[in-house]
Amino acid sequence: MSTFQLATLTTWIRNSAVYRSIVRHGVADTNRNRSLIIFENLFLHVHPVKVREKTLKFSHTYWLGGITMVASFVLFATGILLMFYYHPSVPQAYRDMKELMFVVDNGVFYRNMHRWAAHLMVLGAMLHMLRVFYHRAYRPPRQFNWVVGVILLLITLLLSYTGYLLPWDQLAFWGVSVGTNMAKEAPIIGKPLRFLLLGGNIVSENALLRFYVLHCVVLPAVLILFLSVHIWRIRKDGGVQGPPEKDDHEEVEP
Amino acid sequence: MSQVPQPLTPVESNDPIVVPKRVAMVRPDTRPTLRRREEKWVMTFPHLIIREVIMFMAVVIGLAVIALLFNAPLEGLANPLETPNPSKAPWYFLGLQELLHYFPPVVAGVVIPGLVVTALVVIPYARINLVAGPLWSGDRKRLSTGIAAVTSVLVILFSAFQCWAIVVPSLIVAAAMFAARSEGKGRPFRRFLTLVTLPEWVMTWFVLVAAILTIIGTFFRGPGWSLVWPWNMYPPA
Repeated sequence: MSTFQLATLTTWIRNSAVYRSIVRHGVADTNRNRSLIIFENLFLHVHPVKVREKTLKFSHTYWLGGITMVASFVLFATGILLMFYYHPSVPQAYRDMKELMFVVDNGVFYRNMHRWAAHLMVLGAMLHMLRVFYHRAYRPPRQFNWVVGVILLLITLLLSYTGYLLPWDQLAFWGVSVGTNMAKEAPIIGKPLRFLLLGGNIVSENALLRFYVLHCVVLPAVLILFLSVHIWRIRKDGGVQGPPEKDDHEEVEP
Repeated sequence: MSQVPQPLTPVESNDPIVVPKRVAMVRPDTRPTLRRREEKWVMTFPHLIIREVIMFMAVVIGLAVIALLFNAPLEGLANPLETPNPSKAPWYFLGLQELLHYFPPVVAGVVIPGLVVTALVVIPYARINLVAGPLWSGDRKRLSTGIAAVTSVLVILFSAFQCWAIVVPSLIVAAAMFAARSEGKGRPFRRFLTLVTLPEWVMTWFVLVAAILTIIGTFFRGPGWSLVWPWNMYPPA
């Protein structure tokens, strides 16, 4: 009687008909199988099969875009969990915050994580943009991806701002009042725009519902749309662009 | 039943009809450039994927630790009749709110953010840093006059509004630009300064001003938007 071995089990699973129907390639022992891992996978195939070795260096990108994207994944995951306990109405929204903090299992943890991940996403997007500027990575052919990035930064700020109102505490109410009072000053469109956003002339129950729908449905959908374009175009524009090389002109001979 | 395929036999011939050859026409005025140095490529799996997974886990673990240690703020129930003093926007808008203290709302709330977004969108289309020559590589006299003139206009304009939070960083950046005039002798930092291009100076100025305004708005503004020390602030920032 042979003893149980994990390797035997994994080999058996890997060779089973069901596993082979899901993952067609074998283990990553050859470059062919390593290529198949990338381009037979929906989630990985946005990568090229090979990348330049220098792009793996930390100082090439500081991973700032990646960190921002991971923060957004954390926000999606924790945000969906928080939605199960949240009513966008006054004053139930605030009571739900108390419920999350004192009654719901791990409620306070998920709320904290959502909050800090949101800060990380805003900060990460800003630092990523600065990194791209100082590395001159917006130059042709990446001009349009820079513009998509500016749009993504604005969406990120709007997402964070609409989420700011949802707890319906003093911080949320007055923070959003200050901001929307500034929007009022825009000539001609300012006041109608503010009315449309708040569903009235002051921050009220209507504003809470509108911000909730924007925060949980509209803006995440727009974010996913532009994020997809952004990631896709990195590949189409020739991969991530790191710092400019000093001997760029020496490398090329006519 | 399929037929057994005929074995392939390689044909060797110099006749282009039998063995086609690839021909590239290169005109002398449009010669393609060649890379002298070969770049090293590696397989995405495992080299890139493993790094992405590590980065993912590091961010999630880091956020989880922060979430365990620090609670998200929650104040009392929203009350439209009780205005907290000061009432502040989220931190990324506090730079703008700080500007509101110096300028009319239409400038701080509409004109300046509009200009910033426009400037950001225009960057890749305005030939910025395409050549990327060092700041002092051109006509030095003209450039000195230009920097002095722009700095003077900025300093006079913002001094009129008593906005020292913009005046001081503008003077510092202008001084650093003139400090970069020397021929890159001396310390490595000095040598690094001489390589900075004009757009990079402008962006550095913008980031410095934005950071200073945000820090003042977050940590140094108390009741009635008066200046207070962070340790005297209630409620703490």
